[in-house]
Amino acid sequence: MRVIQVEASGLFTTVQDLGREGFGAMGVSPSGAADPISLRLGNRLAGNAENTAALEMTLLGGRFVFPQGGILALAGSDFGATLDGAPVELWTSFEARPGQTLRLGPTRSGARCYLCVQGGIVVTPFLGSASTHILSGLGGLDGRPLRKGDVLNIGPAGGGYRQRTIAPQLLDRLSPRKVLRVTAGPQSDSFAESSRDAFYAGTYRVTEESNRMGLRLEGTPVQAPAGGQMITEGTSLGAIQVPAGGNPIIIFVEHQTTGGYPKIANVIAADLPSVGQLRPRDEIRFEQVGLQDARYLLREQETLLASKRLIRE
Amino acid sequence: MGVRFRPASDQSLLIYFGQRITLEAHRRVVKLLRLLESEPIEGIRNLHPAYCSLLVKFDALSLGHEELESSLRSYLDRLEDVRLADPRQVEIPVCYGGEFGPDLKDVAALHGMTPDQVIDLYASTTYVVYFLGFVPGFAYLGGLPEALATPRLPAPRKKVPAGSIGIAGNQTGVYPFSTPGGWRLIGRTPLGMFRPDRKNMSLLSIGDRVRFPPVSEARFAALERACE
Repeated sequence: MRVIQVEASGLFTTVQDLGREGFGAMGVSPSGAADPISLRLGNRLAGNAENTAALEMTLLGGRFVFPQGGILALAGSDFGATLDGAPVELWTSFEARPGQTLRLGPTRSGARCYLCVQGGIVVTPFLGSASTHILSGLGGLDGRPLRKGDVLNIGPAGGGYRQRTIAPQLLDRLSPRKVLRVTAGPQSDSFAESSRDAFYAGTYRVTEESNRMGLRLEGTPVQAPAGGQMITEGTSLGAIQVPAGGNPIIIFVEHQTTGGYPKIANVIAADLPSVGQLRPRDEIRFEQVGLQDARYLLREQETLLASKRLIRE
Repeated sequence: MGVRFRPASDQSLLIYFGQRITLEAHRRVVKLLRLLESEPIEGIRNLHPAYCSLLVKFDALSLGHEELESSLRSYLDRLEDVRLADPRQVEIPVCYGGEFGPDLKDVAALHGMTPDQVIDLYASTTYVVYFLGFVPGFAYLGGLPEALATPRLPAPRKKVPAGSIGIAGNQTGVYPFSTPGGWRLIGRTPLGMFRPDRKNMSLLSIGDRVRFPPVSEARFAALERACE
């Protein structure tokens, strides 16, 4: 069996696919890639199905050896990758010969880079998905981030090596946004109009205490209604909740399935992958759109992802 | 009782059965959940029940809010016909106090009780699993006696061991995993609350009735060995 030897893990590297949907009643959130567009495209470049398990690296990449070689693709943010010292392109498939080392460094753009390998990373699935869920220590590789010395199994390779790359003009239209489009949250009417105005006019900075569970923001504080407390209810991915302190939190992929903070807005589905590329200290703003617009934008994005012109062979 | 719909996001819809935590609202949440589990609506991707609401996540490419709402209304019309099975009675053995319940003495002192009185009152109560949420296998329990309601710790612990039984305000529950937490810990169970290697991964499920009988440290150790 082909393997990947982890010589350095990077800052926080986990196994992720597109997550496990459908277990909310057990308290299990979907998890999955923080930037699913990059994972899907990376997998297609490597010759995989979109939902194949890959490595999600955060801010600083690792060093990986391929003793039996492998067909690879990097997608997402630019971590300055080299293969045995020679630079390799992002968004383009390439082949590692047996014994070669792929080295990644600190990010030069957004928060996350995906390493996709033809055949995928093989781990024991949890509720039908390979995705790591850190808080519960389940899924992925023993439910934890990678460590130096780990050896990952690669699944049976499929179609062999073909050079594939993404059409740059189309890729531009999928690039991460710093102005996130949102729809009204379930409690938006409970916020004072002045609080809503402040929220939409304000610029927010992503703080260091941000992770796959949620992104904590600081900026113009938002006055929460009812002292920031309410009856606990289900939370949706991308919900922007406002606790008593007034600093909003974007609920993210490993979110608590239920919560008791009022939610002023919710990031639209089409912009959720952009959240996965936000780094600490990035500055963002929010722009409200209607549900119809949100649906149109998601459809447009999916049409682009399905376009035959997107990937060139 | 009025039902209210509210979009939570462009791919989810909330259904509220009132705005109070009642057993009646809880039963309606469970009935709708069971109906949607037995007769799934095409395009629904996830269900998050809570005290008096159900969050429905759907595939926004194939389903819209209005369409989903009208499908759900026809389910709601049939709610009265749904027969719920008798609730399961679950016993979760707990070793109270000592290293397992480091806050038991403080909880007792805050209420002018002895630790044994706290244990007697807590263990003689039957709790309802309103829903599971927060993290895998965490049960939101209803029924904590008013006399045991206790504020959270001023500063949360960095690490609460899995299986710890805690009280926070009028809420009580069991930590399924070792996580940070600010609940007052009165005891610990050796049972695994969430185990992926078990058929029923979560020990508790929505609607269960739960009691927490006291066990000795020796019994705790024996049960812990049996669970491994």
